[in-house]
Amino acid sequence: MGSSCGRVCWEWASRLRRLTGFSRLLSTAALAPQICVVGSGPAGFYTAQHLLKHHRLAQVDIYEKLPVPFGLVRFGVAPDHPEVKNVINTFTQTAHSDRCSYYGNVTIGKDVTVKELQRAYHAVVLSYGAEDNRILGIPGENLSGVYSARAFVGWYNGLPENRDLKPDLSSETAVVMGQGNVALDVARVLLSPLDILKKTDITEGSLAAIACSKVKRVWLVGRRGPLQVAFTIKELREMINLPGTRPLLDPADFTGLGDVIKDVPRPRKRLTELMVKSALEKPGEREASRWASATKEWGLKFRCSPLEVLPAADGKQARGIRMAVTRLEGSGESARAVPTGEVEELECGLILSSIGYRSLPLDSSIPFDPKLGIIPNSLGRVQGAPGLYCSGWVKRGPTGVIITTMNDSFDTAQSVLEDLQSGLLKLSNSKEGFKSVRSILHSRGVHPVTFSDWEKIDAAEVARGKLAGKPREKLVDPREMLQLIGH
Amino acid sequence: MAAPGTASLLRASAASSCRWLLAAFRGAAGRPGGGGGGVVSGSVAVRTPGRFFGVSARARLSSEDKVTVHFINRDGDKLTAEGKVGDSLLDVVVDKNLDIDGFGACEGTLACSTCHLIFEDHIFEKLDAITDEEMDMLDLAYGLTETSRLGCQICLKKFMNNMTVRVPEAVADARQSIDMSKNS
Ligand SMILES: Cc1cc2nc3c(=O)[nH]c(=O)nc-3n(C[C@H](O)[C@H](O)[C@H](O)COP(=O)(O)OP(=O)(O)OC[C@H]3O[C@@H](n4cnc5c(N)ncnc54)[C@H](O)[C@@H]3O)c2cc1C
Ligand SMILES: NC(=O)c1ccc[n+]([C@@H]2O[C@H](COP(=O)([O-])OP(=O)(O)OC[C@H]3O[C@@H](n4cnc5c(N)ncnc54)[C@H](OP(=O)(O)O)[C@@H]3O)[C@@H](O)[C@H]2O)c1
Ligand code: FES
Repeated sequence: MGSSCGRVCWEWASRLRRLTGFSRLLSTAALAPQICVVGSGPAGFYTAQHLLKHHRLAQVDIYEKLPVPFGLVRFGVAPDHPEVKNVINTFTQTAHSDRCSYYGNVTIGKDVTVKELQRAYHAVVLSYGAEDNRILGIPGENLSGVYSARAFVGWYNGLPENRDLKPDLSSETAVVMGQGNVALDVARVLLSPLDILKKTDITEGSLAAIACSKVKRVWLVGRRGPLQVAFTIKELREMINLPGTRPLLDPADFTGLGDVIKDVPRPRKRLTELMVKSALEKPGEREASRWASATKEWGLKFRCSPLEVLPAADGKQARGIRMAVTRLEGSGESARAVPTGEVEELECGLILSSIGYRSLPLDSSIPFDPKLGIIPNSLGRVQGAPGLYCSGWVKRGPTGVIITTMNDSFDTAQSVLEDLQSGLLKLSNSKEGFKSVRSILHSRGVHPVTFSDWEKIDAAEVARGKLAGKPREKLVDPREMLQLIGH
Repeated sequence: MAAPGTASLLRASAASSCRWLLAAFRGAAGRPGGGGGGVVSGSVAVRTPGRFFGVSARARLSSEDKVTVHFINRDGDKLTAEGKVGDSLLDVVVDKNLDIDGFGACEGTLACSTCHLIFEDHIFEKLDAITDEEMDMLDLAYGLTETSRLGCQICLKKFMNNMTVRVPEAVADARQSIDMSKNS
């Protein structure tokens, strides 16, 4: 690295010598833009990475509410998908840049306001994700036994706010409302053989609870049809191949689909073909014997829109769900579900609503579209707020995989670079960056966690995991994290 | 330290990702880099056997086994690099420090599609058959074409010498990319 920096500097100097506007350039070059990013998920880190790489002087500070970094890569991505978490290596390299700093344990909007950040930085990028979830808005949603998939995911992944969820897993049948990839994650974690789970970084508390789980059957319920499922093929294939389980697919749902999908784009076509094959074709010998010996099962249910969670005799516990049978109006991705008037009931003591995450406004001074649940922006520039940018789920809404988030974060970083180049972002007024934020935090008794602090927590987690044969045992209590680093 | 570029980032922790190696790996060391926040050194340790294997095998290779590949980057720039027969295209990007934004995020474990590359017809036809798993991941790639493949799954062969692969356009609009790393 040292030598490559040397080379860059030398090239830079010789370039300067060739240029006529030498002194003017030098004076602007001497001013380092101070930029901060709010949130340390993929959006925050990819925005930072792009800025650092494409601007020689920019200083980028990343603020994070939790003591620990990486957002949904740590707290969302399923424990049995460690390869997805390899992006953490890239994020770690970004954090190690000497022009990048990480400040965890700082909640923007509470510990420091966005206005204060704007006074300290030339540009502020909001990439704080989607911390809430959509709700079904039906009677009985608050009965015990009903959870949002978001809380359930947070629980098995050690998100501090969900560590005490204690979901009731005493029912044989679980219903997951929604047919996205989060719904599949949740179903897989509920049904996976313990031998697989115990080698992952799932928290010890949730592993112990799942070990006692009575859940044998998981229904994934969609309000539309098989051509509108939101999950992707890799995740479906994984479900179909999950040891110890068999799929429950009603042939009637899939008959005749082969013709309909001839002209749809390849991803949807292949996804549908896989469902059709599993539902209609005779399984191979190995698969047939696996299905025959399976003790657990999962299935897809279509054209059912939730109406009411039904209470048990005690009036507190959920005992089932009542759903409106729907038919589709229109076709393809934009088809709409319309109730037929018919009603269907499913007995189940565990209901997980997995109908999407939702972003929240940070404070009233920042534009927010409550309907779309995003910060209104053009190419990442927050509308009507010069110097303010956004990226990731809070910019686009809570859909898209890490690569989608990466691309849109690069896009936002690009907008920042354009505005620096065009002079829209003025560097002439001096901004002190973290220096001024530090004194604000100090006066409010907030102690930020640095990246090297995180690395101590990381090492402790890995060491604890080693004892149990896991890649890590996550600390789930922020107080314990802070204690560990002597805060 | 220079600002991090993805290729150089990966250098520290790259997995040799040819399919046969990957398969061997899955059995031997579980899934590489596992865990919620693998420190880089940790994941390097996991992969070391594969790396050593790759290097010692390579040491025996003569210059005849070198293959030149031209990459057309997103901004239209041409990057030319040499790799050895058996290297994956991800290995080439990582080993030669090619500056392709975001390339190889999952380090060759078929979990990201950031290594998507577009091939020339005559080369594409001769590539090894695609697995369902690669196809599944490719389906999520941006700017998918008829001759798209995932670079981490394509290993260099002699016939590929001097081939040109294109990095697909990723940004939503066709703005000129700005680089102030040299002349800010
Ligand atoms: C359950 C689940 C599983 C997923 N699995 C995969 C997968 O396997 N593969 C894949 O490619 N994609 C997956 N995704 C999608 C992927 O996680 C998202 O695309 C990506 O995380 C979005 O990035 P983000 O940075 O916008 O949001 P986030 O990752 O949510 O990051 C936002 C960060 O901001 C912080 N923050 C919030 N409020 C504040 C505040 N006021 N001040 C400071 N910081 C704050 C949060 O704590 C968080 O760290 C999954 C998503 C979910 C929900
Ligand atoms: N392994 C992975 O790669 C992985 C894992 C997890 C998450 N992710 C990504 O993270 C993103 C978020 O995933 P997600 O599953 O939360 O969201 P999602 O993909 O948007 O799926 C939401 C599901 O909920 C349904 N739904 C929404 N509102 C509903 C309502 N009122 N009643 C009934 N059903 C309703 C949707 O059906 P309609 O279509 O009818 O609205 C859809 O089936 C996705 O882009 C996903 O791919 C990826
Ligand atoms: S590097 Fe992730 S799929 Fe190839």
